[in-house]
Amino acid sequence: MYLTTTGIRPRRRGGAAAPWRQVGGNVLALGAVSLTTDVSSEMVTAVLPLYLVAGLHLGPAAYGLLDGLYGGATVLLRLAGGYLADRTRRRKATAGLGYGLSAAARLGLLAAGASTAGLALAVTADRAGKGLRTAPRDALIGLSVPPAVLGRAFGVHRAMDAVGAFTGPLVALAVLAAADQAFDAVFLTSFCVACFGVLLLALFVRDHRDRPGPRSTAAPRAREAAALLGRPAVRRLLGAACLLGLATVGDGFVYLLLQRRTALATGWFPLLAVGTALAYLLLAAPLGALADRIGRTPVLLAGYLAVAAGYLLLAGPLGGPPLVLAVLLLHGLFYAATDGVLMALATPVLPERLRTTGLALVQSGQALAYLASSALFGLAWQTWGVPAAATGAAVTAVLAAAATAVLLGRRGGQGEA
Amino acid sequence: MTRRILVAATVALLLTAVCAGYILARARPAAGPPASGLTLRTAGLLVRDTQSGRLALVREDGSRAVSPLSCLRLYAAAGTGVCLRQGPVSAELVVTDQALKELRTLPLNGVPNRARVSPTGRMVSWTVFVTGDSYNGGQFSTRSGILDTGTGELAGNLENFTVDGHHSPPDANLWGVTFAADDNRFYATLATGGQRLLVRGDFARRDLHVLAENVECPSLSPDGTRIAYKKMLPDRSWRLTVLSLADLAQTPSAETRSVDDQAAWLDDGTLAYALPHRGRAGADVWTVPADGSGTPRLLAADAESPARLP
Repeated sequence: MYLTTTGIRPRRRGGAAAPWRQVGGNVLALGAVSLTTDVSSEMVTAVLPLYLVAGLHLGPAAYGLLDGLYGGATVLLRLAGGYLADRTRRRKATAGLGYGLSAAARLGLLAAGASTAGLALAVTADRAGKGLRTAPRDALIGLSVPPAVLGRAFGVHRAMDAVGAFTGPLVALAVLAAADQAFDAVFLTSFCVACFGVLLLALFVRDHRDRPGPRSTAAPRAREAAALLGRPAVRRLLGAACLLGLATVGDGFVYLLLQRRTALATGWFPLLAVGTALAYLLLAAPLGALADRIGRTPVLLAGYLAVAAGYLLLAGPLGGPPLVLAVLLLHGLFYAATDGVLMALATPVLPERLRTTGLALVQSGQALAYLASSALFGLAWQTWGVPAAATGAAVTAVLAAAATAVLLGRRGGQGEA
Repeated sequence: MTRRILVAATVALLLTAVCAGYILARARPAAGPPASGLTLRTAGLLVRDTQSGRLALVREDGSRAVSPLSCLRLYAAAGTGVCLRQGPVSAELVVTDQALKELRTLPLNGVPNRARVSPTGRMVSWTVFVTGDSYNGGQFSTRSGILDTGTGELAGNLENFTVDGHHSPPDANLWGVTFAADDNRFYATLATGGQRLLVRGDFARRDLHVLAENVECPSLSPDGTRIAYKKMLPDRSWRLTVLSLADLAQTPSAETRSVDDQAAWLDDGTLAYALPHRGRAGADVWTVPADGSGTPRLLAADAESPARLP
């Protein structure tokens, strides 16, 4: 275990491509499932506000309620999904349940019509599906590759995921144009795409259900899952995940600040998220490989510094297109250096029979801290203004990086498990 | 493996066929030339036809001429039309001449919500819901702008205007602009600190002045003396109400259903507004006297965004 995470380079036998080859078909299959599913879900995300307000005439109150459901309501479910996957040792089935639930939610949007309760139910089902599937999927990725190439595996998966997120809104706009602005056509297409994702999962993803070994014969109990927190290495990892969440403020803030700072024509606004996604998808796999070579903690820390630099730029004097390009690049770099890399760091630390629960725990910690930091940033913005709030966010990110370095440092090492 | 690929390919083809079939069925035949006689100088009620999503004219006899122009919100006055629609990348504002020829388009960031034209046809305004920048505690926010089609001068975000000479508050949201006849004064809602205030704006001075509380989506009467607006009641529904600018006296209209719309004045005594259908998409346009008397009357079914023509 120690070898895998302290930066010892994997041996290269078949030239430079060998580590990439080890990533293997199962990770690619999981990546294809995520790509397809993200096309489907981003299609809906792109048109839902327009549908609710312009199509159904929902007032601000109802709209705000539905918008809020997108928030952190799924944390508990994520933990439950993680434990369910470990308990039944059916990670693929648990993930499949999550993917299936989200697919069904698309039909729910069609069926709900203008009923606010129906719409809220459909949106909640979609979020619940995402909560259920994320941890089992990441656990499967971790089980599918040798430890030395975990960074690459998560990098490749996240890059494919980002391609889906990138494509979804474009597909939605194309369908809207072809179907004469009929939202139901978008929801139906999204449903079909999601079904194809579930099919890909069923056909091409191999489960890692029954690994030989005496330890994995009995299903883990809830008490054991709780005892995960008793392990120092797990606690340190959870701490790092929370720090990561605290170091980031919502993407919406970043784009809004960019727009205000550069007087960007308002029509360009949606393209800011596209720019970040582009940087992310291009950088995720190379940074994953870099993490395998030089160590995952340094790459993670570099990610914090990238996001801190982005916030500083937002508070600084630079303006115009150079500011937009620099901030979007740094933002994409941050995601590429932290998202998959954190999972690659976590995987070997967690015992295999409780790995999904552990991954869910780490992801939940990060998500909760992120919600808190976004709320705090909003408050700071209103109280102290933009430059002070952005500088504060940058300082927080640097402090979080320092604390993470101590937590995951050589002595406290992530390889201790 | 080959068998699984075969299964995947077959299902992919089937799903594609289902989607393509559905999309084709929803696509309407390409619109022909503009319906004959539909210009912004024709007498009648301009609306958005909620079945087709297109700009339409409801004539005095109730017959309807539908144009090829798709809009989410629209308004017109004195031969200038404005149409907020979903463009290829983002929402956009379209300014048209009286023959509905597109004179200018402007990209908008957000979901179209309100549109107005000044009585002379020169000033144009819009409001959009902005998503993704939930800096006010996960709530939606709005953004309003004004375009002077005479000079081309653009105020893209009214939050940059001052309030009585001071910077507007950081949590300010503005929506629902309505213009006075002089093409400089306007009224709008300014929301800040949980209050929704009626403000009078001065376009030339880029300044706002607070007049009253709990006034949303103002609409100035043609004679410039009264404001129709939606007043929030304790149960958070809205009552269509008229405010006299001289003494700030309020007169609730006879419409007791909750009206979430920026009303339009058909003349100095009559209001028109949209009410969404219950449980299904679409809306109807209703009318009610502005002095609190009478009862609401259905003016046009499957319609919204009313504007009196000419």
